[in-house]
Amino acid sequence: MNDLLVSGFLAPGWGWYVAILTVLSLLACLWILRANSTKKADTSEAKLHGQNEWDGLREYDNPLPKWWSNLFYITVFFAFAYLLLYPGLIVTNGLLGWSTASLYRDEVREMKAETDPIFEAYSKQDVKTVSADKGALKIGARLFQTYCVQCHGTDMRGSKGFPNLVDNDWLYPGTPDGIKATILEGRNGMMPPFAGVLKPDQITDTAQYVLSLSGRSTVPAAVGRGEVTFKQICSACHGPDGKGNVALGAPNLTDDIWLYGGSLATIVETLNKGRQGQMPAQKDTLGEARVHLLAAYVYAQSQEQAQSQPQSNRAP
Amino acid sequence: MKFTHDTIERKTGLLIALVIFVVSIGGLVEIVPLFFQKNLIEPVAGLKPYDPLRLVGRDIYVREGCYNCHSQMIRPFRAETERYGPYSVAGEFVYDRPFQWGSKRTGPDLARVGARYSDEWHRLHLDNPRAVVPDSNMPRYGFLDRPITGPSVSRRMKVLKTLGHPYTDEEIANAGAAIKDKTEMDALIAYLQGLGIQIKASKGQS
Repeated sequence: MNDLLVSGFLAPGWGWYVAILTVLSLLACLWILRANSTKKADTSEAKLHGQNEWDGLREYDNPLPKWWSNLFYITVFFAFAYLLLYPGLIVTNGLLGWSTASLYRDEVREMKAETDPIFEAYSKQDVKTVSADKGALKIGARLFQTYCVQCHGTDMRGSKGFPNLVDNDWLYPGTPDGIKATILEGRNGMMPPFAGVLKPDQITDTAQYVLSLSGRSTVPAAVGRGEVTFKQICSACHGPDGKGNVALGAPNLTDDIWLYGGSLATIVETLNKGRQGQMPAQKDTLGEARVHLLAAYVYAQSQEQAQSQPQSNRAP
Repeated sequence: MKFTHDTIERKTGLLIALVIFVVSIGGLVEIVPLFFQKNLIEPVAGLKPYDPLRLVGRDIYVREGCYNCHSQMIRPFRAETERYGPYSVAGEFVYDRPFQWGSKRTGPDLARVGARYSDEWHRLHLDNPRAVVPDSNMPRYGFLDRPITGPSVSRRMKVLKTLGHPYTDEEIANAGAAIKDKTEMDALIAYLQGLGIQIKASKGQS
């Protein structure tokens, strides 16, 4: 990018317009200053400034006080020096080559020189190796607290519609590389709405069958009817046994872990309206090196916390 | 008659004219050229005028005073670009009248909030920010789940067209249909989801 501002104008003449007006007004300042500070002090009647006299006070056309005019000279020369060093005249970048963009670039370059080798070293190892590295996990934790907590929560347990990452139940592959792919490319969960496809009692029957998969059915008579619908329609994604499919992001319905809630009413709502879960892709915003560390952190945490708490519901 | 400051001080009209001349130099040098600077008046690549739904959403953003707590201006500091993405440039705001840069961040900057979260996240968050961010102090905006009202969106687009936003007559004619059956919340989310998505961090910023 060319920092020279004049190249950004519709016509190059604008640069000279600014430069000439600026220099001319500085010269005008010098001229006025000189004209008003070189004449001699004269208090004779003839040099009275007009006939101005009020209550015995007379106004004379005297030169400016030396200290004042000297200060003014200094500011004018400061302005010339400034315009020489900085890009104030537009037509030149100034001797210092200063610009806000270059300040930013320098700031980033300095930090990259420090951090890039660290990220690079980790990028060369696979995610699983990195997930055992204490230093990497420290960085990963900071990245997580900055970029991920808005949805997955500071405790990584998510909330309604946002997956718990530490219950060792995965919608998409929970392997080190699977987690990395999820963060890099994002995920679009898609449960279609069935309100127009199935009749209301078919929906509640199916919901009863889904409840029965985790042993919680309340109307045993409906389970058999729901099973028929489930095998015909739902099993395409959730599998014939309801254990889900991580390739599609179809949740396991048998483990009593629920993304949107596992009550009868919520399951009926899910069936009626469908669900659109979305994990935004982070490749463009965070870059692969950071995603690598984040994946390692999430994997490490999921392993560690799942061991300490084998049963945890993501959304009661 | 000699042209001295004695002359100037005695002729009020001349004094006024000269004062205006001197004061205007600053504006002529510092303001006027900005109207002819490409990166200030030309949209960044990929930036389009707001579509009807986003335009309505933007008006809701202004009406609810979101700018009081959220800025839309990422400054060129590393700490800001790390958190929010590439710093903001003037060409991103050419279709903002008025711009929503704001000056206070009680909440985070929103200049690049587009596509950061899912629509569903925004819906939950607007309805009750505490549902997704437990320590948030943002007010609840669940009441936005109501039909869009106010002046017709085609009229708003017509006015913007006179100001130079390149809407086609067809777009204006179909604007009403585009926001039919949408809620204010839909419009606001559509607006937010498009913020700052033209410039990506991965492409680098020079």
